[in-house]
Amino acid sequence: MQDFIHWLQAPGLNHFLIISGILFSLGVFAILTRRNAIMVLMGIELVLNAANINFIAFSRYITNTLDGQVIAIFVIILAAAEAAIALAIVLNIFQNFNTVNVDELNQLRD
Amino acid sequence: MVLYNLAFYFFSLITLASASVVVFSKNIVHSAFALLFTFFGVAGLYVLMMADFLAITQILIYIGGIMVLILFGVMLTNRTIDVQIRTGSIQTFPAMLIVAALAGTLVGIFWSTDWKISPTAIGFEKTAPEIGKMLLTNYLLPFEIASIVLLVALIGAAMIARREKKA
Repeated sequence: MQDFIHWLQAPGLNHFLIISGILFSLGVFAILTRRNAIMVLMGIELVLNAANINFIAFSRYITNTLDGQVIAIFVIILAAAEAAIALAIVLNIFQNFNTVNVDELNQLRD
Repeated sequence: MVLYNLAFYFFSLITLASASVVVFSKNIVHSAFALLFTFFGVAGLYVLMMADFLAITQILIYIGGIMVLILFGVMLTNRTIDVQIRTGSIQTFPAMLIVAALAGTLVGIFWSTDWKISPTAIGFEKTAPEIGKMLLTNYLLPFEIASIVLLVALIGAAMIARREKKA
């Protein structure tokens, strides 16, 4: 117990990694359970943020170089591109099928 | 150091609490706005890890760009007239089991591993000039490819979302 309190009092690498692990799990839960395609996209954003926290934490505490941060920038760039394309696809699906629930979409064309 | 600890727990609380709202809220608009606070909390964690340039990037791109896109998506794909804005969940129980196992494994590994923390890891003086140099030297090819990816994504999104003319 004493050890745990000491551990809580000095935030370091483990703390950031545990935050990112919980964030990743929440994102996976959203991807698995939500029916709305946009909610699935939000889950993907949570997962990408968790990965970014890991990159930056390792870059700060272990490698002591900025490579992790540069890779995190590329992750952010790809997340932006992914969000734009995915939302365009979701809008198109909504126009064609009048729903965005992923469990009701079972055909490629109408 | 006390201020650092307070800031760390403050931003962690914001991040995890609002991420829980994102995941568990029944109202998709509440989820979208809670996601904004999640991104903000993650940006705060970046600052605590001495990634100031990335924190600003996070706020500009995620909160300024991706959040607006997602809100557009929410508003355009829900018929607000007949209040169809609630969204359900499926397979909650098995997913909860899987995610609990996943979270337990991840947190256990992160907790118990004896990370080799570099003794010289005191942080960085200034990150933006160094990142700029690295983008134009070691990471030049990925940087150029990323610009092409963004162009392709822009054109592709415009093509896909365009309302098709009925022939």
